[in-house]
Amino acid sequence: MQVGLEHYLTVSFLLFALGLLGVIMRRNLLVIYMSLELMLNAANLALVSFSRFNDKLDGQVLVFFIITVAAAEVSVGLALIVALYRKRQTAHVEDLTSMKL
Amino acid sequence: MEAINNLLGGTAVPDVLFYVFAALTLLCGALVVANPFSRSPVTSAMFLVLTIISMAGLFVLLHAFFLAAVQIIVYAGAVIVLFLFVIMLLDLKEEARRKIKFFGIVGGLVSVGAIVVISLKALKSSNPGANLPAPQLEGGTNALGQLLFTQYILPFEVVSVLLLVAMVGVILLSKKDLK
Repeated sequence: MQVGLEHYLTVSFLLFALGLLGVIMRRNLLVIYMSLELMLNAANLALVSFSRFNDKLDGQVLVFFIITVAAAEVSVGLALIVALYRKRQTAHVEDLTSMKL
Repeated sequence: MEAINNLLGGTAVPDVLFYVFAALTLLCGALVVANPFSRSPVTSAMFLVLTIISMAGLFVLLHAFFLAAVQIIVYAGAVIVLFLFVIMLLDLKEEARRKIKFFGIVGGLVSVGAIVVISLKALKSSNPGANLPAPQLEGGTNALGQLLFTQYILPFEVVSVLLLVAMVGVILLSKKDLK
């Protein structure tokens, strides 16, 4: 069977689901952040495969921008986590409940 | 690039490689999220590197050579190193010993499983790749650069401003007396 668009999209969906599972299941802020990266990568894979099978390069330009924005987002997010750790001595979401009703 | 094209021009080699890289991507992705042997964030980061490298392999199979290189340089080179630095800064030995809540596992698996079933059914019924011609597109540096510096020049400049803002923000956030 020839590998086509739907094969790549299936991999992308499954990888996105894995990332979502990590965000829901894990309680460590850093691992949650890594799962977010997995979800972003899944979206990138879908965009690149759509771009390839529709013969348009615009999808790949979008992926280029997504990678740039993800790098900026990771640097700011990790700086926030470090600042939080300095104040509270924890990177565990169950210890961060001051906004809970 | 010519060598890779010749390498991929064989009959069923790309298909076999697709299955290899897809299995590697999903396996390492699963080990990032739930590793049965170690809950340490360092192992998660290492498996994230493997996921990203095998995903760069998938990009090469999709003839997106430039993006495969950018993926490895930016993600495996910069983002993961940043993660490892932060893991080194924070002392997370106590964190690794905490249990994952049973409710979190069950709720997560049920909701994510439902989402996977829905999206795969939608993919099957819409079947977007059914009557597309054989792909011709090559995502080399030349073609991508031409598009980036003509049609997408404004977003390109805006992204550079965004990177500057992120840099200023990170420096401000890392100051010792953060108010």
